[in-house]
Amino acid sequence: MNWKTFYAMLLRDGHVARRNLVPTLVQNLLQPLLLTFVFGRVLTSSGMMQGAYKNVLLPGIIAISMTLSGIWAVAMPLITEFQFSKEIEDRLLAPMATHWLAVEKIIAGMVQSIVSGVVVIPAAWLMMGSGANLSFARPLEFALIGLLVALFAGAGGLTLGCAISQQHIGLMFSLIIAPMIMFGCAYYPWSALKSFPGMQYAVLVNPIVYACEGLRGTLVPQVPHIPIYAIIGALAGFDCLFLIVGLRRFNQKAVT
Amino acid sequence: MGIGIRIEDLRKIYDTPPPSALRGAGGFSFTPQRSAAPKEKKKKFEVVALAGISLEIRPGEVFGLLGPNGAGKTTTIQILTTRTRPTAGRAFVGDHDVWQQQVEAKKLIGVVPQRPNLDFALTAREVLLFHGAYFGQSSKERARRAQELLEKFKLTDRADHMVRTFSGGMMQRMLIARAMMHDPEVLFLDEPSAGLDPQTRLLLWDIIRDYNRQGKTIVLTTHYMDEADTLCDRIAIIDHGKIIASGTPSELKASIPGGYLLRLRFDRAPDGLLAQLKTLPGVSEVHSTDHIAADVYADRGGPLISAIVNAAQGSGAELHDVHISEPSLETLFLHHTGRSLRD
Repeated sequence: MNWKTFYAMLLRDGHVARRNLVPTLVQNLLQPLLLTFVFGRVLTSSGMMQGAYKNVLLPGIIAISMTLSGIWAVAMPLITEFQFSKEIEDRLLAPMATHWLAVEKIIAGMVQSIVSGVVVIPAAWLMMGSGANLSFARPLEFALIGLLVALFAGAGGLTLGCAISQQHIGLMFSLIIAPMIMFGCAYYPWSALKSFPGMQYAVLVNPIVYACEGLRGTLVPQVPHIPIYAIIGALAGFDCLFLIVGLRRFNQKAVT
Repeated sequence: MGIGIRIEDLRKIYDTPPPSALRGAGGFSFTPQRSAAPKEKKKKFEVVALAGISLEIRPGEVFGLLGPNGAGKTTTIQILTTRTRPTAGRAFVGDHDVWQQQVEAKKLIGVVPQRPNLDFALTAREVLLFHGAYFGQSSKERARRAQELLEKFKLTDRADHMVRTFSGGMMQRMLIARAMMHDPEVLFLDEPSAGLDPQTRLLLWDIIRDYNRQGKTIVLTTHYMDEADTLCDRIAIIDHGKIIASGTPSELKASIPGGYLLRLRFDRAPDGLLAQLKTLPGVSEVHSTDHIAADVYADRGGPLISAIVNAAQGSGAELHDVHISEPSLETLFLHHTGRSLRD
């Protein structure tokens, strides 16, 4: 393994991300903050929703920002770079086994996902005003779940980026990402689905459920959530699945 | 030293559309022909790109692959540069099997692809700096080398602009500069002069010759016989995935009888003159499309001129213009395949 090459590619992705810092920040932060403002501030202050809803909402917002920014950071450049121009070829020709380039992309995506989570936590908390009672009593579990969510975002981005062509990006969003978010327990806890028993179990195939419930379980443990160890197991399983599928697809795409 | 290349009975059959025609690729789409009857089994897509080629490229030589579009030139380059998996056969760069020992092979090669695949998220200088970094150059070394190459390719004034704003010719120069950045032992150029203006083409030729003088091996593909002729020590002509002739440019040219084409223009060309031209020594054919021009196919070029001038004077015509084409890929190809390049 050629670590110099690997590190140079990480530097390259970091450089490009820094160059696009403002648009990337706007893209990753604006929507969650607007959602926070409407649901966490307007609806709760007006009394249409209880103040405790803030505790349910905040972890969901963090999970969605982390997932989307990671997926976006990996999938979008991959889709472009594998297109007609094959921009990725200069890196495929670098002296390193090609699957390490996919690993590098995942790590770059994880970094963006984590940065996004770290920025959203205080921003959303401030925007909600008082009331969200975050607990950092379980730092190790929180860190582990954060990492698993970031890895899910990076590996999921790799899988999507290698599976979807440029003209289907809009479709990917409305057909895959949007339903995953809506059925991902981001804006309600999983336990709220108990009046829809079929759906409650059907949504368990959606990895975003575990991302949201996991952050909820560690940041606001007072809200009912899926048991933490089940969440860790499920997230680890999805991470492995997306890693295997994503790497395989990348290798197929990298050579003809 | 220098690194040679060996290709042993290389075959490539695409069972999906080749990369340039992948669905979703911006410019055009390509749908394989499938049988219309729904009950019939779907016809398998199959394109034979290479039908078994063997080659030996010597260390330090400039080697040219000539052939029409779709002959298999690019596929050969793609396999040699690890970008395409061969269906059968083996290819070696130096002692390294390019499919089994990709990383070792990639260290030795620099690649100029047919289409610009520059990293459009970067500036020209950054493209070179990061490329150097991928190949493990120190920051000092890559900064120095990037500056040298930018100067050599006359790109210094645009060095800090994004490459996506570059013109076609500038992108082409960038591709070559990038391929040379890590000082590879073997340089592959896939149609390097396609779309270049004559001046840039000459600059490119100088750069290739210069690089070759440092003992580097160069493999290039081209449509242009003159390019192959001026640059290459040896050439292989490739068609339908097979090598149909190989040798030095002069050996290949000598293999075609009547390979010269003389395009003549007169003030008028009476039939008697055309008949007389046919009888000149070495002339195999004379074609005339109108009454002032004639195409003469012959086994010699310049030495025929005085006889043509005499014949014209004898018929009371005046020779206005002469263009002598040396044996070309067109005539070579025609000779070896019985088909025109454009067929």
